[in-house]
Amino acid sequence: MQPQIDNRPENRVNATIPPQQSTPPPPADRLLAVAAGYEVPTEVHEQVLNESPVLEIDRFNLWYGTKQALHGITMPIPDKKVTALVGPSGCGKSTLLRSVNRLNDLVQSVRITGDMRLNGDSIYDPRMDVIDLRKRMGMVFQKPNPFPMSIYENVVYSLRIDGENNRGVLDEVCEASLRGAALWDEAKDRLYDSALGLSGGQQQRLCIARAIAAEPEVLLLDEPCSALDPIATGKVEDLIQELRGRYSVLIVTHNMQQASRTSDYTAFMYLGRLIEYGPTTEIFTKPILHETEAYVTGRFG
Amino acid sequence: MSFNKQSPRRLRSAHSSLAAHGEAWVWLTGGSLAIAIGMITGLLLFITVRGASTFWPAAMELVELTDGRRVLGEITAREEVIDQSDDVPKPISRKLVRTANFEIDGKHYEWFDQGEILQISLPEWATAVERLEGGRFHGFPLRLLEGDRIVAEGSAQTWQAFVAVHAAARRRCCEALRIDRHDRGVLQRELRAARLAVVQADLDSGRESSTFAAAVASEQSVIKRTASQSVVLDQKTAALRNANVAWRVEFATAAGEKKMLALDSIVRAWQPNRLSVLGKLGVYGARWREFLVDDPREANSAGGVFPAILGTVAMTLIMSLLVAPFGVLAALYLREYATRGPLTTAVRIAINNLAGVPSIVYGAFGLGFFCYVLGAGIDDIFFQASLVADNQPTFGTGGLLWASLTLALLTLPVVIVATEEALSAVPNSMREGSYACGAGKWQTIRRIVLPRALPGIMTGLILAMARGAGEVAPLMLVGVKKLAVDLPIDSRFPFVHPEREFMHLAYLIYDVGFQSPNSQAARPMVFTITFLLIAIIVLLNGTAVWIRSRLQRRFIAQHF
Ligand SMILES: Nc1ncnc2c1ncn2[C@@H]1O[C@H](COP(=O)(O)OP(=O)(O)OP(=O)(O)O)[C@@H](O)[C@H]1O
Ligand SMILES: [Mg+2]
Repeated sequence: MQPQIDNRPENRVNATIPPQQSTPPPPADRLLAVAAGYEVPTEVHEQVLNESPVLEIDRFNLWYGTKQALHGITMPIPDKKVTALVGPSGCGKSTLLRSVNRLNDLVQSVRITGDMRLNGDSIYDPRMDVIDLRKRMGMVFQKPNPFPMSIYENVVYSLRIDGENNRGVLDEVCEASLRGAALWDEAKDRLYDSALGLSGGQQQRLCIARAIAAEPEVLLLDEPCSALDPIATGKVEDLIQELRGRYSVLIVTHNMQQASRTSDYTAFMYLGRLIEYGPTTEIFTKPILHETEAYVTGRFG
Repeated sequence: MSFNKQSPRRLRSAHSSLAAHGEAWVWLTGGSLAIAIGMITGLLLFITVRGASTFWPAAMELVELTDGRRVLGEITAREEVIDQSDDVPKPISRKLVRTANFEIDGKHYEWFDQGEILQISLPEWATAVERLEGGRFHGFPLRLLEGDRIVAEGSAQTWQAFVAVHAAARRRCCEALRIDRHDRGVLQRELRAARLAVVQADLDSGRESSTFAAAVASEQSVIKRTASQSVVLDQKTAALRNANVAWRVEFATAAGEKKMLALDSIVRAWQPNRLSVLGKLGVYGARWREFLVDDPREANSAGGVFPAILGTVAMTLIMSLLVAPFGVLAALYLREYATRGPLTTAVRIAINNLAGVPSIVYGAFGLGFFCYVLGAGIDDIFFQASLVADNQPTFGTGGLLWASLTLALLTLPVVIVATEEALSAVPNSMREGSYACGAGKWQTIRRIVLPRALPGIMTGLILAMARGAGEVAPLMLVGVKKLAVDLPIDSRFPFVHPEREFMHLAYLIYDVGFQSPNSQAARPMVFTITFLLIAIIVLLNGTAVWIRSRLQRRFIAQHF
């Protein structure tokens, strides 16, 4: 399929400015080069390109006002696989994730160039129905954000807004989703209590249940386990294992063990750039760049 | 940065530790609150005590003076004043006595210096009489007469006989009054409607048309019917009045003057010095009951305030119903839809400034726009007959609807500001969560934002209600009257009459307290009305707070 031509004026300018001729050559260390403002190429392992992608991110740039947060990200996200995004804090992982379902539209200062395609459909096409797009995705945020309603209503929220009022269907979805998010045992006796009365970790699992309730094509998880204890984390990881092969999952994590345990592919980001992207086993055992190795083994970051 | 510098970065001093512990601030903030609470409870206590004690049957004291005068009354106040007439100023105490008997002495109250008073006693048969007209009467019962026949004589017998016959006489009197006010009013309204129908038919289709002829015919039949009904009413009232007219009670004042009172002019009489606490409670309750459910008498300074209670509650509720959707929708647009920029900021500032516009300006606007433009327009289209025939506007003058609208406008800034605050307190992450689930803008607002902001919106409504219910100035221009015969809400279709003028408690306070010919006699009433108004506002607000706390429990829970 031909890439969508986006003819908005800001998309025509070339966002990546090559370093000036007169400046000294970039440092050998890629991360230092990035920090110094040089363009560095992305190391993409071959296996990634052989997969059929569900989501193609294509030369994507994003600015908050005048500050650029994402620099020319190009990465295909393989279909029905788990892809992990790792990188130091503030490198733009959440921004990238929020760009996939166009949540950044809500931030007034945001400006973008480039494109993303979901199953070939341009996400940033003006004709794209944003609501429909978001219905095809589920998202779990970095901070738990349950709605001010009962646990039950939280879980079935996306069905409710689609007009589903069949009690039997809703009950079934509610139980399945809560079980999937490892919250059923704790919540089954208080389904009709306010979700705001749950603990922080329970709230986060509730948000996971909410995200998987509508069976989205793509699941976006932004550090879903950062507020969870090891047992709940294990259950969520089990859930991700279960989802593998059925859904495409994009997960942000700071936990390297988690990335290596749960994901098929791993992308390493740094200061808004994609540095290296490949199968998880290769990224963790024999990465192309020693910078990646340093990061995933904890010697940097 | 090096952390092993020689000099410690943080100095400890008495001053900094005092500031850090915040001791001083506890006292300052606590003190401010204490002063505020003190002032508010002081005011409320004052009004409650004065307002609640008005109807208590106080002891009747017979005051004998050095100059030989004798007065009978309730001692309502004591005070110390400095006597300046002597060379050496010395304090003297004096007493305020409610002497009543205005038609004899020309005053309701009188001050007596301690030195003037020879003796004070509590005569057993001292009687306080509340009359339909002329204020209170204080005296001793002498005899009860039916025509020229003496039914009873002597204080004890007269009182006994009076108690036996008074209730029935009073009931007959009230019934006659009700027929005059209510039943006749109904007939008059029917007549007027028929007459206006004729005028309307004339206006619509001319004198030659068949509708005009039909209207005239129906008017004739209404005239005939009401005339015969009116005769029946006349007979009824005449019978009731005749049964009462012969009965009279003779009293003697403390000075010994005799005074004849018609039995049916007596609303209520009691002998406080003979009453037990239970009996006093009975009188107290009966007077409260009259106050709450009856129409006013004597230029509003006696009787009940029911029309004003009804008017106040109806106006406040209609105002809330009008202001809530307006304010919430406006705030929703401002906060959720409008892009942030200089224009929205300007609008916001303008709204905030509206809250500072003097309320009388709203009244003038309400009169000029609602009554004279909107109301006149409505009259021209729908109520032309009344305008042509009686030169009497229907909506083109003040009324319940326009008053409520004016106050809705007045309280709109409060609601908008409070709603905006409540909306902005809804965390953005909740909105994002909803959008991420594929919800649209309105779905997000309706399902997430509004429920979460509802307690805050309720707070704004509570403030608006309190402000609106206590407002007087604009109401004087847009429909509140000193006396409104027809209630704005009654049992006749369509039950709520938005065009009618009405009475209002806050205006009644102003009217009775400051416009009344004998404001001194009416003063206890002012306190009682104030007490009642505050009680009603507390009740309305209490309900709203209760609803809000229920919502809060549902939507806002703490977690850590
Ligand atoms: N709304 C915003 N306005 C302006 N700048 C923003 C905004 N949101 C994020 N940024 C900036 O964009 C950069 C990327 O932020 P982002 O939240 O994507 O980081 P992250 O990789 O998710 O970090 P973390 O691991 O801490 O969550 C940061 O430098 C941040 O300061
Ligand atoms: Mg993040």
